[in-house]
Amino acid sequence: MKDDPSFTNQAFKVIGTRVARPDGIDKVTGRARYGADASAAGQLVGMILRSPHAHAEIRSIDTSKAEKIAGVKAIITSADLPDKVNGKRDMLDILENCMARGRALYDGHAVAAVAAIDAETAKKALKAIKVDYKILPHVTDVDAAMQDGAPIVQSWVRTAGGDANKTTNVAQVSQFGHGNIEEGFAEADVIIERSFKTEQTHQGYIEPHACLASVGPDGSGELWVTTQGHYTFRTQCAQLLGMDIAKLKVTSSEIGGGFGGKTHVWMEPVALALSRKANRPVKLVLTREEVFRGTGPTCSTSMDIKVGAKRDGRITAALAVLRYQDGAFPGIWGMLGGMTAWACYDLPNVKAIAYDVLVNRPKVAAYRAPSAPMAAFGVESTMDLVAQAIDMDPVEFRLLNAAKEGTRASYGPTYGPIGIRATLEAVKNHPQMKAKLGPNQGRGMACGFWFNFGGQTCSTINIGTDGTVNVSVGTVDVGGSRASLSMIAAEELGVPYETVKCSVADTATLGHNDTTEGSRGTFSSGMAIIFAARNAVGELRARAAKTWDVPVEEVEWKDGTAYPMGDQHHNLKPLSLKDIAAKSPRTGGPIAGHNETVADGAGVSFASHICDVEVDPETGSTRILRYAVVQDAGKAIHPDYVEGQFQGAAAQGIGWALNEEYVYGKDGRLQNAGFLDYRIPVCSDLPFIDTTILEIPNPGHPYGIRGVGETSIVPPLAAIGNAVSNAVGVRMNHVPMSPPRILKAIKTQRAAG
Amino acid sequence: MSGVHVSTTINGDAVEFVCQPGEVLLDVLRNRVGLTGAKEGCGTGDCGACSVTVDGRLVCACLVLGAEVEGRAVNTVEGMANGNQLHPLQQKFIEHAALQCGICTPGFLVAAKALLDRNSDPTEEQIRYALAGNLCRCTGYDKIVRAVQAAAKDLAVDATKPAAKKKATKKPSKKSA
Repeated sequence: MKDDPSFTNQAFKVIGTRVARPDGIDKVTGRARYGADASAAGQLVGMILRSPHAHAEIRSIDTSKAEKIAGVKAIITSADLPDKVNGKRDMLDILENCMARGRALYDGHAVAAVAAIDAETAKKALKAIKVDYKILPHVTDVDAAMQDGAPIVQSWVRTAGGDANKTTNVAQVSQFGHGNIEEGFAEADVIIERSFKTEQTHQGYIEPHACLASVGPDGSGELWVTTQGHYTFRTQCAQLLGMDIAKLKVTSSEIGGGFGGKTHVWMEPVALALSRKANRPVKLVLTREEVFRGTGPTCSTSMDIKVGAKRDGRITAALAVLRYQDGAFPGIWGMLGGMTAWACYDLPNVKAIAYDVLVNRPKVAAYRAPSAPMAAFGVESTMDLVAQAIDMDPVEFRLLNAAKEGTRASYGPTYGPIGIRATLEAVKNHPQMKAKLGPNQGRGMACGFWFNFGGQTCSTINIGTDGTVNVSVGTVDVGGSRASLSMIAAEELGVPYETVKCSVADTATLGHNDTTEGSRGTFSSGMAIIFAARNAVGELRARAAKTWDVPVEEVEWKDGTAYPMGDQHHNLKPLSLKDIAAKSPRTGGPIAGHNETVADGAGVSFASHICDVEVDPETGSTRILRYAVVQDAGKAIHPDYVEGQFQGAAAQGIGWALNEEYVYGKDGRLQNAGFLDYRIPVCSDLPFIDTTILEIPNPGHPYGIRGVGETSIVPPLAAIGNAVSNAVGVRMNHVPMSPPRILKAIKTQRAAG
Repeated sequence: MSGVHVSTTINGDAVEFVCQPGEVLLDVLRNRVGLTGAKEGCGTGDCGACSVTVDGRLVCACLVLGAEVEGRAVNTVEGMANGNQLHPLQQKFIEHAALQCGICTPGFLVAAKALLDRNSDPTEEQIRYALAGNLCRCTGYDKIVRAVQAAAKDLAVDATKPAAKKKATKKPSKKSA
């Protein structure tokens, strides 16, 4: 790992070490409490009735029989969730996704909910609810949904800037780029143009959505929930239910994985509404089948990619036309694909046109670097084809065209210091590039880009009279951030890591914190903690000054200790943080530091991956032989957990590339809503995943931190696509590259001769 | 529906409960006994988050009926540590950062212990296949496999120490995987 002390001007003591995480013991002993692990006196069991149809008008819902079942305490439909947001479209979309309003828009769409004294009674009640559906024509394929005459998913949707009178499934068309691509293609010696498809996948967190909701007749409520953003959940739930924001206290449980899928509400407003109606706590835990049918997934896509280059390897023009389906509600997913598609490269003429398209599938949610992996699959596969066409090494070809500091990014801004070239150089020199390949084996590499997000953040540091430190943060600990944030507090205050206790605060304790997304946890809360700690140090210096009766300007803070400055104070003994804390009741009371900020200065992040595969030509089955991740972390606070993010992201990408896929029948119903048929990678599917952490500091952060959580899910689809294509000698253009698809590609090629 | 009265041993303690005939062990443990360490990730035996042992045999608690453990010995993640001393697997999972979100961790620990109880020196491949019934979405399994390897090494060192020998012989000897 490379460190650049000249940038941060700090020789770190705690940062960069591999300490034990503070929540480790709770998590290895079963004590940690997740969404479904809480209970309340008198709690009811909540359950949701879901549409079995892809698209249907709900003519009536008869709950009378269900209401008469002994033990049923509340039943709600959309009639119990009236519009409290004055028709505000994005909020209404969230509400309508939580509970269908007159029309079921996808298989699994919630239509009613029950609270009963136990699960058996709740199940009985669901069966007794009679819904009269009129089945409507549906569409689940993104290309089919864009055709004239396709079933319209949302009658109010018009293409922004398009015909105001024409119903459509195209919610948004976005365009990014610069230069003149026609001129660029005219200059090219070689032009490669290909089409690609990727199928829909789910984030696949092992913990299903779960919450415990309690609302009293006075309009006050509490919500215990597994979420990536309890402040966002509070705002959304309060607004949708017409509650005062301050009167809904949301506590984030331990979260059993999110990956973007727990960034907005699904069934939490339903649980709160049930509790309000029954005036009892309601626990609502989704089944795995419900998680697949009703939450999450990312988009399926269809893309056309065109790249023109000179014989010397310089790209003259690049064009991407991207069609992303957002499920049944408009999103920004196509747009994000358009922004990220060409972000790795320095291109004179570049364009991305992105369509956000509605289909009868679940509302798409963010999934780790949302939308970037699909566009990268198309772009990076085409990059390999261009390199082949001009007989150039694929790494050298990318290096020649890679973006650098000062490059105008395809999506608009000009880059500061970035790591794409450094990752490519590291790939070029990686030992895996020299490993020998046998028959039916192939090697592929690919690059990936993702933004980082900063956002609204607060943190509080409280110093106890024994010198130990409480740190309260509002970002959720998704994968070890209480360790990295404790390390940052220890570093700034100059105290041992073991004396810091970091907790995720509930919504009544800290101000609003944006959702933990966009790889922002350690970046933004880390920034707020640094500033909060510096405030606390200011107070510690003031207390030392008061103790010594000297001006505060003559107190220096170093390594967790106050030192008097100047010879005139040589008789004063330095005061440690612990000394000052012990005296605090007599020098002005508790010592604390706060920071409320919008964490600007997020840096972008790049990764390059290498993958070696073996494909069985008889079965089409692919085995990953070796896999290496190289990514720029800016500054790795806790290297173990940075490596863990790289490895986990790569593994999700591997599953997406080879296996994972939502399979819809002709009836528009999801056919594989379970872990048996939607197969995520298991331990025996994968090798050890090699990691290289590069540290190109982000000048926008006091420690140079870049977000690390997402970027490494971007390259795998293409890296594996390139590896499989090299192994079987056929270009793979459809993800997942499942055995039947690979066999078909091989057979088609053989038939063609 | 009348309940079934069950007398069993959980983590070495005698426990009695009444459950419905169709109620699975996982719900009994979580909702009646108050042990929420075993998690429900799928309810269909596909994810292993509810892994426990019944008479030493690794099972998914979501696929076993509560009534089936009458007279048997159930062990869960809550019973792995010896007093305040973590089991080497628990220790190595922390040291090797083998958990991120931690929801799958109890199941992995129980499954890994079941492996090491019958095969104290597994190869990487044996570890990977023994844990193939446990899904983890965060780690890519890399650090989990390394933690199990390190724990196996630790246990082997322990077994050579005279003081630890007694403890080692207590383990049910089973055919190696």
